[in-house]
Amino acid sequence: MFTYTLRRLILAIPTLLFISLIIFLLLDLAPGDPTAQMPLTIPPEVKAKIRESLGLGEPIHVRYLLWLKQFVVAEPLYMVDHYLGTNFADGMQRVISWQTRSPVGDIIVQRMPQTLWVVGMSYVVGIAIALPIGILSAYRQYSVFDQVGTFVTMIGYSVPPFFSGVLVIVIFSVQLGWFPSIYDTTHEVTDWQSFLYQLRQMIMPVMVLALQTTAQISRFMRASMLDNLGQDYARTARAKGMSEATVVLVHVLRNSMIPVVTVIALGVPLIFGGAIITEQIFKVNGLGQLLITAIYANDIPMVQTITFIFAVLIVLFNLIADVLYGVLDPRIRYD
Amino acid sequence: MPDGAVPVLDVRDLKTVFLTRSGEVHAVNSVSFDLSPGELLGVVGESGSGKSVTMMSLIGLLPSPPAQVRGGSAIFDGADLLKIPEKQLRRIRGPRIGFVFQDPMTSLNPVFDVGFQIMEPLRKHMGMNKTQARRRAQELLELVGIPDAGRRLNDFPHQFSGGMRQRVMIAIALACDPDVLIADEPTTALDVTIQAQILDLMKRLRDQLGMAVIWITHDLGVIAGIADRVIVMYGGQVVEQAPVKELFGNPQHPYTRALLETVPSVTGDRAPRLRVIEGQPPILSATPAACSFRARCGHAFGRCYVENPQRMPAGSGHDVACFWDPATGEPRDV
Ligand SMILES: Nc1ncnc2c1ncn2[C@@H]1O[C@H](COP(=O)(O)OP(=O)(O)OP(=O)(O)O)[C@@H](O)[C@H]1O
Ligand SMILES: [Mg+2]
Repeated sequence: MFTYTLRRLILAIPTLLFISLIIFLLLDLAPGDPTAQMPLTIPPEVKAKIRESLGLGEPIHVRYLLWLKQFVVAEPLYMVDHYLGTNFADGMQRVISWQTRSPVGDIIVQRMPQTLWVVGMSYVVGIAIALPIGILSAYRQYSVFDQVGTFVTMIGYSVPPFFSGVLVIVIFSVQLGWFPSIYDTTHEVTDWQSFLYQLRQMIMPVMVLALQTTAQISRFMRASMLDNLGQDYARTARAKGMSEATVVLVHVLRNSMIPVVTVIALGVPLIFGGAIITEQIFKVNGLGQLLITAIYANDIPMVQTITFIFAVLIVLFNLIADVLYGVLDPRIRYD
Repeated sequence: MPDGAVPVLDVRDLKTVFLTRSGEVHAVNSVSFDLSPGELLGVVGESGSGKSVTMMSLIGLLPSPPAQVRGGSAIFDGADLLKIPEKQLRRIRGPRIGFVFQDPMTSLNPVFDVGFQIMEPLRKHMGMNKTQARRRAQELLELVGIPDAGRRLNDFPHQFSGGMRQRVMIAIALACDPDVLIADEPTTALDVTIQAQILDLMKRLRDQLGMAVIWITHDLGVIAGIADRVIVMYGGQVVEQAPVKELFGNPQHPYTRALLETVPSVTGDRAPRLRVIEGQPPILSATPAACSFRARCGHAFGRCYVENPQRMPAGSGHDVACFWDPATGEPRDV
C-alpha cells in the first residue's frame, strides 16, 4: 500500500505539470491587459514599464517557467519561513496578484478559513445527515420514511444552490429575520454571544450546500446498502444468531461503506467548485468569491493559482479515494 | 432411530407463502417431519420443491415480506420456533441450530477475516473473551481440516478456495456445538472431488460430535451414502418418507421412483438411457386441492385430480402421499 501510494504521488507530478501548463496557455489566450484598468493619466511609457515589471514582455515559455518556479519553490519557502521564522526564501520573487500587488499566497491563506468553515462544515453536516438517512431508507425500503426521503433528495438534487440560496435568504432573512443574509467574515468568536452569532450566520449557507451533499450521498448510501442487504453473507450473519443491529450496522454497513467512502472523497474538491456560487450569494469572501473577482479583474496570476489549487485537490482526492478503497476492501491489493 | 426417542426437532403442518406482485406462491404446504438426536435426515427433491424455504422458515431466516409463515409448529427443546419472540429465537438459531448454505463463495463476509467471523457467535453466545474465542476458532478450523489453522484465522475469505470456504462455513455452524446442523446443498457449488471431501468431513463430524443433521440435496447418490432416513419433497410437500435402505429398495411414490431412475447406476448394469422426469415442477398459487404431481405422473387416475393425497403408512417407518400402489399397480384402498 505504501509503495503504491508513493508511486501514485510520483505519477501525479507530470499530471499536475500538464494541467498547470494547460491552465496557463488557456489564460494566456484570454484577452485583457492588467494595465487597462489604470487611470488614463498614466503615460503610456509608464504603463509599458509596469507591464515589463510584471514580466509580460517575456515569451510565453519563460513566463510559464517563472510562474512555476514562484509557485512551486518560492511560495512553499515563504510558507515555511512564515511558520518557522527561518529565512530560506531570502527575498525571492513570489506570485504577485495584478489586482492588489500583494502576494497571491497571502491572500489565499487569508481567504481559506472562510471557505473551509462554510464549505467544509456543510460537507461534514451533509454527510452526517446523509448516512443515517441512507441506511434507514434502505433498511425500510418503500416505507413512509423512505418515500419522504426520496422526495426530499429529489428536491436536493434538482434545485440548484443559486435558487435554494436566494429562497432561504428571502424566507429566513427578509421575511422572518432569523438569520443575517450577509456572512460577516470580520466577525470574531470571543464569547458565547458571538459564538451564537457565528452559528446563525453559518446556518443558511451551510444548509444550502449540505442539502446537495445530503441528496447525493444519501441516495448513494441507500443504493449501496440495498445491494448488500440481500447478500448471502447477511443471511449467514443472521443464521449465526447475530442481532439485527449487528447484521446491518456491522456486516452490511462495512461493505456498503466501501463505494460510499470513495464517493465522499471524490466529492471534496467538487464542493469547492460549488462554493463559488454559494459564496457569491451569501457574500462569504472565501476562495470561490476570490476567484470570481479575480476573473472580473483580469488578475491572471490569481486565477491561475486558484484554478491550479483546485486541480491539485482533484488529483489528491482521487488518490485518497483509491487508497481508501484499498484500505477498506481486503480484496483489493495494490502491491 | 429407536422408536419412541424424543425428537430434537418436531415439525408439524408447516405452511409458508410468498406474497408477490403476481399473487401468492404457496411454497411450503403442510410439511411435517421429525428429527431424532444424532440422526442424519436427507431431504431430496428437484429445484423449487421447497426444501430451502422449509428449513429457512423453521429458523426465521426468510425475509418477511415477502415470506409469511402461515401455520404449523416446530418444536425444538420444548419451544415452538415459529412462535417464540425473535430475541429468544436468536439464542437458538446459530448456537443450537447451525446452518450451512449452498454457496460458500458468497456466504462469508468479504471484508472481515475468517477469524472474526468464527469468533463472532462464540463471543456472543458462549460469553467467551477474545483469547478464548480465538483458541476455540483455531480448534474449529483444525476440526474441519484446514491446515495451518492458527495463521489462517487472519486470512480473508477470498484467500480461501471454494472447498476451504465451505469448511469455514461448517466451522462457523459448528462453533457453539449445535444440537442440529442444517446443511442446504453444501456441496452443490463445489467440484466433484471437493464434494467427496466435504461429505467425508460431515460424516466424520457427525460421528465425532453426535449432532443431528438435516442434509438437503438434489443428489440421491449422496443421500444413499450418508443418510439414515430420507424425506422426498415435491411441490412444497413431503411426498414420501422412509429409512434410507427402505426408500432405495422399495420406493412407493411415482416421483421417488422417477428420481431413482435418473440416478446413474454405479454397479455396471447401466440403464440404457438416463431418464429425465418430463415436465416442470408446479408453482402453486393456492393450497393444492389435487395431487401436485398428477400432470407428470404416468399412473394418475380420477381421484388424483380431485383430492390431494395425504401421507399414509407404507411399511415400517415408511409413509407415502400417493393413491397409487406400485405393489399391485392399482389404486390403494384408502
Ligand atoms: N423470495 C421468493 N419469492 C417468491 N417465491 C419464492 C421466493 N423464494 C422461493 N420461492 C418459491 O418457493 C419455491 C421453493 O423454493 P426453494 O428455494 O425452497 O426450492 P429448493 O427446493 O430449495 O430448490 P433448490 O434445489 O433449487 O434450492 C420455489 O418454487 C419458488 O417459487
Ligand atoms: Mg434450495
